[in-house]
Amino acid sequence: MTTTDRTTTTPAPTDGSADGPTTITCREAMRAAIAAAITADDRVFVMGEDVGRYGGCFAVTAGLLDRFGERRIRDTPLSESGFVGAGVGAAIGGLLPIVEIMTVNFSLLALDQIMNTAATFRHMSGGQIGVPLVIRTTTGGGRQLAAQHSHSLDGWFAHIPGIKVVTPSTADDFRWMLGRALDDPDPVLIFEHGALYGVSGPVSASDPEIDNETALVRRTGSDITIVTYGGTLPPSLVAAERLAGDGIDVEVVDLRSLRPLDDATIMSSVARTHRVVIVDEGWRSGGISAEISSRIVEQAFYELDAAPVRVCTAEVPLPYPSHLEQAALPNVDRIITATRGALESDDGP
Amino acid sequence: MTDIANELDLLRRMVLIRRFEERCAQLYQQSEIHGFLHLYIGEEAVAVGVMDAIGPDDGVVATYREHGHALMKGVPAGAVMAEMFGRVDGCSGGRGGSMHLFDAHHRFYGGNAIVGGGLPLAVGLALADVERGRSAVTACFFGEGAVAEGEFHEAMNLAALWSLPVLFCCENNLYAMGTALTRSQADTDLTTRAETYGMPATAVDGMDVMAVAAAAHAAVAAMRTDVGPRFLELRTYRFRAHSMYDPELYRNKDEVAEWRERDPIGLLVQHLRSDGRLDEGTLETIEKAVRDEVDEAVEFGMRSPSEPVEDLLRHVYAEETTS
Repeated sequence: MTTTDRTTTTPAPTDGSADGPTTITCREAMRAAIAAAITADDRVFVMGEDVGRYGGCFAVTAGLLDRFGERRIRDTPLSESGFVGAGVGAAIGGLLPIVEIMTVNFSLLALDQIMNTAATFRHMSGGQIGVPLVIRTTTGGGRQLAAQHSHSLDGWFAHIPGIKVVTPSTADDFRWMLGRALDDPDPVLIFEHGALYGVSGPVSASDPEIDNETALVRRTGSDITIVTYGGTLPPSLVAAERLAGDGIDVEVVDLRSLRPLDDATIMSSVARTHRVVIVDEGWRSGGISAEISSRIVEQAFYELDAAPVRVCTAEVPLPYPSHLEQAALPNVDRIITATRGALESDDGP
Repeated sequence: MTDIANELDLLRRMVLIRRFEERCAQLYQQSEIHGFLHLYIGEEAVAVGVMDAIGPDDGVVATYREHGHALMKGVPAGAVMAEMFGRVDGCSGGRGGSMHLFDAHHRFYGGNAIVGGGLPLAVGLALADVERGRSAVTACFFGEGAVAEGEFHEAMNLAALWSLPVLFCCENNLYAMGTALTRSQADTDLTTRAETYGMPATAVDGMDVMAVAAAAHAAVAAMRTDVGPRFLELRTYRFRAHSMYDPELYRNKDEVAEWRERDPIGLLVQHLRSDGRLDEGTLETIEKAVRDEVDEAVEFGMRSPSEPVEDLLRHVYAEETTS
C-alpha cells in the first residue's frame, strides 16, 4: 500500500452524542484521553521513555508534563523490563499506571514482566492479586523504519491468557478506549498503529459506552465480510468503497479487541455474507488471522460458501526500501484482489 | 526503630522453618508434594533476621525458595502446607505451589520463579507506597544469581533514581543453581554493585541471625526517616540440594560440611547455652511447639479439598469479566 492509500479520516462514531462530534487526530484523541484520565483520578500516571521532556516519541504526550508535572508524567531510563515491572508493582500497590513502550519491538525487552508477571499474578495467587495495568505501544509498518521498529506483534500478545489486547483504529476509539482499559481490573495492552496518529476523525463528546471488547461493523454489506483491525481498517474501507463501484457490497468488521475476540459479531456477519477475507498486518504463519479463520471454520462452517482468505504481511523482517516494504504489507490492491478471489471461489462446503 | 526480637524467639522461628521444610522433603519423597521444591535449609537466619525488621504494613517480594519468608511474614503454616499439596486452602488457592506463595492480606507478593523478575515489581510497590503517602518499605529477596540479570540493574537504578524505599536483600549462597559466584561474576564483591547506584550497602554474616536482624533493623529504620533504597548482602549457604532433582556435582562434600559447622540454628543454640540462657528443657519445649505446629499444618493441608476441575478457567481474569 502506498501512504496515500490511507484514508485521511477515520469512520464516524457509531453513537454520536447530543453535543455532536468534533474532528481531531488519533494522536490528539489519545492525548485527550490521557489528560482526562489523569484529571479524573489521582492514581493515574504515565511512565515511559521520553514521555515527559521530549513529549513522547510520537508526540502523543506532548505538553502533558507542563500540565501535570513529573509525578504524573514520569520519564524513565531505557529499562523496559524495569519500568514495565515497576508498572506491575505500582498497579498491585494501588496506582493506575499507563506505561508507554515506545515501539512494539521494544516490548520484547519487557516480555518477562508482561508474560511472567502481569499475565500470571492473578492466577498464581488464586485470584488474590490483580494487575490493573495499561500498556500503550506503537505498532505496525509503512514508515520505512526497517526491521526493528515496524512489526505487528499484536497477535503474539493475544496468545497470552491473563492480559487483554485492544487495537483502536478510529479517533473515537483512540479517545475512549483508554478510560475503559483503566477501569479494567486486569492488564490491558493497547496497540496503536503508528500510521494512524496523524489521521483525523470525529470524536464523541462523551464516552459512547461501547465496551472495548465488542467488534463493530464499520461498513455494512451483503456480499462478503472483511474482518480486520487497527492499521488495516482504513485500507480495508478504501477497498470496500472501490469494490462498491463494481457493484460488490462489502461488510467491514473492526475487531477492536484481539483478546478477547468477539466471536459473535464475526459469526453473525459471516452468516449474512457467507464469505470472508481476514486482513491483518502480522505475518501469516501462526498469526491472529489464522486464529480467526479457524474459529470461523469451527463455528460457522456451514455458513461458508468459500474458504476464508487471509491477507497478511509477507514473511520477511520488514525491509527499509519503500517499494519492498509496501510490497510486504497488506494494501488496498491486495485486499481487493483477495476479496474478488473469495467471491469467485466456489470451493466452500 | 523497633526492637530486635528476643533471641529465643528468633531461635523458635528458625526451628519452625527448618522443621517445616524437613517435613516438606519427607512429603515430597512420599509423593504428597510434586513439582519443584527448593529448600531453604541452612539459610534460615536470613529470612528470620530480615523479617524481624519488617512490619505487617510492609511489602515482601521473594523468590522460588520462599517458604521461610512466607512463614515469617505471617502466612499461616497450614495455608503454606496446603499450597504445597495444591489444595483450595493453600495461600494461593492451590494454583501456585511451592514456588508461588502469595498472601495479599499479609502483603506477601510471591513466590517468583523468574530469577530477577521480582526486583522491578518491588520498585513499583515502593513507588505506590510513596505516591499514596504510606510509610511502608518493600523488602525484596533474591539470590546472588540475580545480580547477573539485567532486571537487577534496571531495578536498582530505578529505586535509587526515584529514592524509593526498597530493601534489596541479596541472599548470597554462593551458587546460582550449580554455577558458583566465582564462575559467573567478574567482581564477586556484590556490595560494590549497589554502591555504584549510590545506595548504602552492607555485607552481613548470613549465618548469624542477630547480625542479620541488627543490619536489617538499622537499614529499615534509616529508610523510614531518610528516603531511598538500601542493599544488604547476606552471606549464607544452602545445605541441601538446589531442588529435589540435584545430584550436587558442582560442589564438594567438605565445603558443605564446613558450612554446616556454621549452621545458623546450631550457632545460636551454642551462643545461648554458653550464656546459660538455654537449657535442654527450653529447647525441647521449642521443638515440641514447632512439631505440633507443623503436624497441624500437614493435617490442615491434607484435609483441604482439591479444587473441582470445573473451576479450571477461574483466576485468569477478574471474576466479573469473561474472556
